[in-house]
Amino acid sequence: MNGTSVIDVGRRPAIRRRTLSRSLRGGLKGGEYTWAVAFVVPYIAVFLTFVAYPVVYGLWMGSEASLYRELFADPIYQSTVVNTILYLALGVNVKMFLALLLSGFFMRPGWWMKALLLIFVLPWAVPQISTFISIHWMLNGEWGFLNNVLYALFHIEGPSWLNDRWSALGAVIVSHIWKWTPFWTLILLAGRMAIPLEISDSAKVDGATGMRGFVHITFPLLANLYLICTLLSTIFLLGDFNAVNFVSGGGPANSTHVLATLGIRNAFEIAQPRLGVAAVMSALPLVIPLVIILMRKLRTSEVQI
Amino acid sequence: MSTIAADARLATRTLSRARSSVRLRRYLRNAGTLVLSAVIVVWTLAPLYNMVLISLEPEGDVFTDHIWPRVPSVESFWGVLTQSHWYLEHFWHQFANSLFIGWMVTFFALLFGSLTAFAIGRMRIRHGWLVSNAALLTYVIPASFLAIPFYRIMQNYGLANNPWSVIAALVAFATPYAIFVFQEYGRSIPIEVDESARIDGASPPQIYLRIYLPLMAPALVAVGTYALLLAWNEYLYQFLLLSSKANMTVPVALAQFLSSDQSPWNYMMATAIIYAAPPVAIYYAFRRRMTSGLTMGGVKG
Repeated sequence: MNGTSVIDVGRRPAIRRRTLSRSLRGGLKGGEYTWAVAFVVPYIAVFLTFVAYPVVYGLWMGSEASLYRELFADPIYQSTVVNTILYLALGVNVKMFLALLLSGFFMRPGWWMKALLLIFVLPWAVPQISTFISIHWMLNGEWGFLNNVLYALFHIEGPSWLNDRWSALGAVIVSHIWKWTPFWTLILLAGRMAIPLEISDSAKVDGATGMRGFVHITFPLLANLYLICTLLSTIFLLGDFNAVNFVSGGGPANSTHVLATLGIRNAFEIAQPRLGVAAVMSALPLVIPLVIILMRKLRTSEVQI
Repeated sequence: MSTIAADARLATRTLSRARSSVRLRRYLRNAGTLVLSAVIVVWTLAPLYNMVLISLEPEGDVFTDHIWPRVPSVESFWGVLTQSHWYLEHFWHQFANSLFIGWMVTFFALLFGSLTAFAIGRMRIRHGWLVSNAALLTYVIPASFLAIPFYRIMQNYGLANNPWSVIAALVAFATPYAIFVFQEYGRSIPIEVDESARIDGASPPQIYLRIYLPLMAPALVAVGTYALLLAWNEYLYQFLLLSSKANMTVPVALAQFLSSDQSPWNYMMATAIIYAAPPVAIYYAFRRRMTSGLTMGGVKG
């Protein structure tokens, strides 16, 4: 008993050292381990310098409590919060719902559907700046294309769409939907294609066609993907700068800003970078849970987007 | 006898009624498809048509009320290509800047992404999951939220108005996606391929260059296209970090038109179209590869 325990005491550090070095090297031989580290180092360096450091720097910039008191008292910030919530609620859900319906539509067979799909993905293929600038001019009250069409077809004098807070915000939301529905439709279309034919065929034999097939077969199989897409698109939309910046420009009178554009406006137009960071940071209570859920979901279910 | 005939008559009548209802349903369905298709086409093309419409206006005739080009003129396109307006005096230079940034971002995202995915997925480096998580975290943080501290840091380093600061930012945001796709795609290549090369005495760089990269070619094309388009289309970082006309890229120059109310809008739209042409061409050329990259590894629920 005693003897074995002495031997045990003598052995343990050796075993521990070996497991430690194995766990560090992951079963790689010395030279190979050095190579593996050398392969990872460039990305780690990029991550630390250009992602982690700015995150920490931003947290430091926005760490004063007085900043938030100033920010919350700002009427522009208050309307920005309302806009951001509306933009998120309508932009994400209308777009995802349309994408879900359209992905079913594009499942139909025939060359006509393939040709239509080619046209349909154009908004996604054309750069954001070009399209949003075009939409901005389309909505001009005096000589915009939309009002010209309204006049030519129905003899209606359209309003100045971008001179009113709600119609300008609506224009931003519609532009976002226009731009990003094709992308999410493609993702959901791929999800539908991945459903094995046997499942939908046997469901059809059992009488689950049309709406019933969708509710009981297709949607349960797509639900996880739909949820992940919704969460991802929420966080992408929260960081969206271009649609607001180019369609409404935050106007009229700074009434259609969202947090992402207000941050940039505070930092660069009125030269108060800390207030800009504070505006962005005030989204953290929404961003952090979203990031945590998304990281779990993306890791476990292996959805690639 | 008569009952049988009556039954038969009834049967044919119901059959023909059923047939006609099927025909009616199919007809309605086709009509519905047609209407929906028309709506989709109009909805999709309206802003793009508007872009073409304005770009075809001869100068000074932009503020009109017609909905088709009355006197189509390609003068504005010619003006952009020959840099004949002072807004456009550096157009080709800026185009080259955009290209340079795009190629550099593509190159470094592919290089760092494939090296990292190789070390994590093929060499199975311990704690590789930490690196994948860092990448995942970067992917889900909105880039625009980091713009202000990033700008400050670049100013502190004296890298403001330097294309390399933009390249650094875009590489940092494009590489995570590269790492996912490479890792996911790498799973379809049996690990035994690497192992037998290892037994034959190949060193890790040899395996990476001679075996891994050639087998990963489809994923490299997909991610390369993604990175190139990301860099070409990005606006915010380029706008903040590139201030001089000589260092500007096309999207920043395009947005400059909006700084005045007297800008030549037909030139702006022509620039927007010329700027949009390369990504659209690339998109359609690599369409299959891109969508396979988007959903690579399947969308397992």
